[in-house]
Amino acid sequence: MALLEVKGLEVKFPMRHGELTALRDVSFSLDKGERLGIVGESGAGKSVAAFAILNLIGRPGYISNGEIIFEGSDLAKMNARQIRSIRGNRINMIFQDPMMTLNPVLTIGTQMIECLQTHMNLNREQARERSIEKLRQVQIPSPEDRIDQYPHELSGGMRQRVVIAIALLTDPSVIIADEPTTALDVTIQAEIMELLLSLCEDNDVALMLITHDLGVVSQVTQRTIVMYAGRVVEEGPTRRIVENARHPYTHGLIDALPERTAPGMRLNQIPGVMPSLAAIPTGCSFNPRCEHVMDVCRSEQPGYVTDGEFRVACHWVAGREQQK
Amino acid sequence: MTDMSEPYSQATGELLKIRGLSKAFPLTKGFLEQLHFEGGRLVRRRESVKAINGVDLDVKRGEALCVVGESGCGKSTVARVVMGLLEPTAGSIQYDGERIDNLPPERLLPYRRKMQMIFQNPYASLNPRLTVKQTLEEPMRFHNPGIGNGELKDKVRDVMDSVGVDPSWRDRFPHEFSGGQRQRISIARALMVDPEFIVADEPISALDVSIQAQVLNLMMDAMEQRALTYMFITHDLSVVEHFGTRVAVMYLGSLCELAPTRTLFETPRHPYTKALISAIPKLTQGRPGHIKLIGEVPTPINLPAGCFFHNRCVYADDRCKVEKPVLHTVDGGCRVACHGVQEGRVD
Repeated sequence: MALLEVKGLEVKFPMRHGELTALRDVSFSLDKGERLGIVGESGAGKSVAAFAILNLIGRPGYISNGEIIFEGSDLAKMNARQIRSIRGNRINMIFQDPMMTLNPVLTIGTQMIECLQTHMNLNREQARERSIEKLRQVQIPSPEDRIDQYPHELSGGMRQRVVIAIALLTDPSVIIADEPTTALDVTIQAEIMELLLSLCEDNDVALMLITHDLGVVSQVTQRTIVMYAGRVVEEGPTRRIVENARHPYTHGLIDALPERTAPGMRLNQIPGVMPSLAAIPTGCSFNPRCEHVMDVCRSEQPGYVTDGEFRVACHWVAGREQQK
Repeated sequence: MTDMSEPYSQATGELLKIRGLSKAFPLTKGFLEQLHFEGGRLVRRRESVKAINGVDLDVKRGEALCVVGESGCGKSTVARVVMGLLEPTAGSIQYDGERIDNLPPERLLPYRRKMQMIFQNPYASLNPRLTVKQTLEEPMRFHNPGIGNGELKDKVRDVMDSVGVDPSWRDRFPHEFSGGQRQRISIARALMVDPEFIVADEPISALDVSIQAQVLNLMMDAMEQRALTYMFITHDLSVVEHFGTRVAVMYLGSLCELAPTRTLFETPRHPYTKALISAIPKLTQGRPGHIKLIGEVPTPINLPAGCFFHNRCVYADDRCKVEKPVLHTVDGGCRVACHGVQEGRVD
């Protein structure tokens, strides 16, 4: 049985003129110790999906449909008190900018101990010891001294290490990382990604990695979901997606990477931009940008074509499957 | 499309010559704040962030020189000093044979028309209260006070067409456009006065992957059609491989390596360049495999002695700790500032 299972998730934001549907019929599952990548451009709904799992959707947004089954119970139906025993304890989150996540007026130690005393039955001494131990795990030099420092005394890479250490404090079973390295430099990014990967493997933690960087996804994850305009358009094993994407959008996204073009040549590009959620085209939401667009794409939303662990929502792919 | 990775020797003549450029930002301001008691005596101490430390760099006519490095390495400061937005602490900048860093504003005016800048964040660099038309007309009216309305209208239409923004949207405001469209408008603004030299400071970092490719292609097309010269500041090495003719790698305000793009990616020489290139995440790799650097970037307030990179370099020896390396030419047209490469210790 899957550790975390999201079924038919729909998130809506009421606006002055009607409601915006930020997520439509999003379903996926995460097994114990599995690493799942969620890829898409800004506005595709990848962060909303992560926030919805932890019941962090800001008002007036709300989950209008669907279930989020974690260890047998539905997170979408939990009240604030119940979800607090899961959030930051069983499912932890790492955000993009470590300076925004850490409280600037508290020492790292205070923030770590606070977290431990909330979720685990530890006294101050034990909590401090455990915190130092976790800081050592994320390879922070001399953690005994660092624990009494404030976030501004650390570099960006060190701060993100601290955030990872905090995420690991309660031995969670899932970590959701929302663009964890976007604010960091390339060399630091590589170090942090490698650290996160090895920590998840060693502690058997499932990782949900949200990013726009396909390179990172291909290095870290086993399975990938591609999102476009609030919907999952393709899902499959990462290597197969990278090497043999089926959906024209995934294809375009991979081809647009500089490494897919010979040096000095014009880059491949997807024409147009992702539609705003207020003006999603009828039929397939990708149809105005798609090179394989057919009449049916403009009128009917495509269902999923499944093939083993692979699924894709595209009329064109469905048509080609039938011909075979 | 011309092959942009041709050896740079084919580009002719230097358009921009930067010599011994330094820029320090003082941290302590007032005279009284600088006074400290040390061992019973009153001493005056001044601290500053040394953003650029003696950079020599040439930009050749018709090339796209990429300046890469991590945050805080001084690449944006170089761009701003070149554009005259900041005053250098030391050194000189020559544009087309004339020194421009010490010119009074009125004599700088003709150069401002030839040199234009594109900024990173198109949400911040466009005035939210001006329509696209007003934004594009402003530089034109400023540099050509006598221009007629008809001519101006035609020019705005042509430039909007050339950057792929529908000219019928000229009365819209920046907030009505997406990030990619806004960056196209800021490129249009730079192209309005028909410049020869464009400094682009991280022009695609704030954009999505599929849009990055669109904007880069646009910049490459503009370069070809208008015979532009670019100085392209970026932290994203994967883009550099496609855009630049030559690459300058910066670390802590100094140049480590300067090489033609293809040479740099095929045979990086400086240990720092090697680490940078190995850290680019690639689709073809299964797991991250990058060269690990020791420690962290030192503060630019107290720069290390010798080679700025020595405390993070596995090849560092005693000479690296005391003597600062200068750029020397190695084969393949690269210039590398590293004692190890010069002595043959680093392959």
